[in-house]
Amino acid sequence: MYAQMIKSEATLDDPEKLAAFQARIDAGDKIEPKEWMPEGYRKTLIRQIGQHAHSEIVGQLPEGNWITRAPTLERKAILLAKVQDEAGHGLYLYCAAETLGVTRDEMTEMLLDGRMKYSSIFNYPTLTWADMGAVGWLVDGAAIMNQVPLQRTSFGPYSRAMVRICKEESFHQRQGFDIMMKMCKGTEAQKNMAQDALNRMWFPSLMMFGPSDKDSTHSVQSMSWKIKMNTNDELRQKFVDQTAPQAEYLGLKIPDETLAWNEEKGGYDFAEPDWDEFFEVLQGNGPCNVERIEARQKAWDDGAWVREGLMAHAEKRAALKEAAQ
Amino acid sequence: MSAALFEYLLRLGDNTLVLGHRVSEWCGVAPALEEDIALANTALDFIGQTQMWLAYAAEVEDKGRDADALAFRRDVWDFRSLLLVEQTNGDFGKTLMRQFLFDAFNVLNLTALVGSADVRIAEIAAKSVKEAQYHLERSRETVIALGDGTQESNRRMQKALDVLWPFAGEMFVVDAVDTEMQKAGIGPDLAALRGEWVAIIQPVLTSAMLTLPESDFAHKGGKTGVRHSEHLGHMLATMQFLPRAYPDAQW
Repeated sequence: MYAQMIKSEATLDDPEKLAAFQARIDAGDKIEPKEWMPEGYRKTLIRQIGQHAHSEIVGQLPEGNWITRAPTLERKAILLAKVQDEAGHGLYLYCAAETLGVTRDEMTEMLLDGRMKYSSIFNYPTLTWADMGAVGWLVDGAAIMNQVPLQRTSFGPYSRAMVRICKEESFHQRQGFDIMMKMCKGTEAQKNMAQDALNRMWFPSLMMFGPSDKDSTHSVQSMSWKIKMNTNDELRQKFVDQTAPQAEYLGLKIPDETLAWNEEKGGYDFAEPDWDEFFEVLQGNGPCNVERIEARQKAWDDGAWVREGLMAHAEKRAALKEAAQ
Repeated sequence: MSAALFEYLLRLGDNTLVLGHRVSEWCGVAPALEEDIALANTALDFIGQTQMWLAYAAEVEDKGRDADALAFRRDVWDFRSLLLVEQTNGDFGKTLMRQFLFDAFNVLNLTALVGSADVRIAEIAAKSVKEAQYHLERSRETVIALGDGTQESNRRMQKALDVLWPFAGEMFVVDAVDTEMQKAGIGPDLAALRGEWVAIIQPVLTSAMLTLPESDFAHKGGKTGVRHSEHLGHMLATMQFLPRAYPDAQW
């Protein structure tokens, strides 16, 4: 789940128009960019899609961290392809957000100055090769839980972007699991590396779904607009139910003593993550927040002359073409 | 024959491995999202070509090594990459200029290798040349755009050209290995490719408002492995870390 804690915007539109809009959503219509929409719907979507796009872009960094150290040519190619897919997802999502009246450059500025966020998970470091497995298995796994239902979201461009993204994400998750399998069937050191990655990534992955429903105040409006399709706790439960048996299959132990199958509810009981840590990470105090934004800022600043050069050349070309006509 | 062929294949595979690695260092930090995607794509093509060249090299060597063993278990002096591709990325301009100088050579070399008397080489070249043509199209357009962009982008591109130029000549230096390959109908006469290469790059540099350096001085030692750059050792230290640290592991 790459968008967290999205605050729904209040909306001050004409009640009749609002009711008609809601009726369209309830009927399962897709809302397209040029159609009327409540201001709150538009703003909430910009925030959500923008955050999702930023997560894809910042999310390149922890995995990019291992591209130059991938242990085989094949693993290097797979990881490169994966990180390239993420840049592609960022691109579709920025395009989807741009249809709502905000530019990619504006969104980038908002990411860099802290007005827009990205998923908390990318503020955790990737320390060993097993983290490439754990990120694919757990982080992409959690993202898919959220994104599969978002294929049915009410905003057309977002929904269509999700269809493409979901196909690639499931592939990424399988690749992550494949790395974990290889590690778990490997040497003692590789098994230890895999367990260590799970130990570090488990709770941050659970945090990806956002705070517990009882503390999540922004869901109701977004759910009625079909911008958010499930509650945080529903998705978290689904994720744990899917992941616990996979961990068992790998021979790894989820770092939660309370984790147990609950026959009555037909799902696992599990411990909540440390929400204080979650809020600290959102506040900028995660292990890598500063480095991640610094890396993006540096890329943006170092690239300024390139963007300006390309733009200047395009303008010269256009002027020449015009003069020739 | 097989010793020279092995050496020749290492040269082909090490160039793509080293340049692919360099380009992959841009992942996540390129000047624009489109460039990030394009650079990752280029790096991916090179890693794919490396797999083919080094797998064949390992077969020719016939000592039980595979492509990964060649990539991850050789030290600097066993590498046969050109000095040009070992050069650090620098700014985006230097990366693209390095790419352009190599792409123009690579297209010519691979085009010749499509007609190689060695069937495997011809097959690999046929697959790779399409990718190389696309790389050249992209790097050519970007060099022109940045050369003929702003004053600042022109200054940076000229500087990149000046810095990289002394490393370009090594691509056309012919040694005993090349001569043996040429005699066997396996590889082209590299010295003869130089004229065609200049014919590709000269008009591009002119459109890019860039001046070709006058000196023809060329650093040598990469493709023979006699004297690599200091950069290569650092690259290998990063690239080979896992297989070296966990020699018994399968990944």
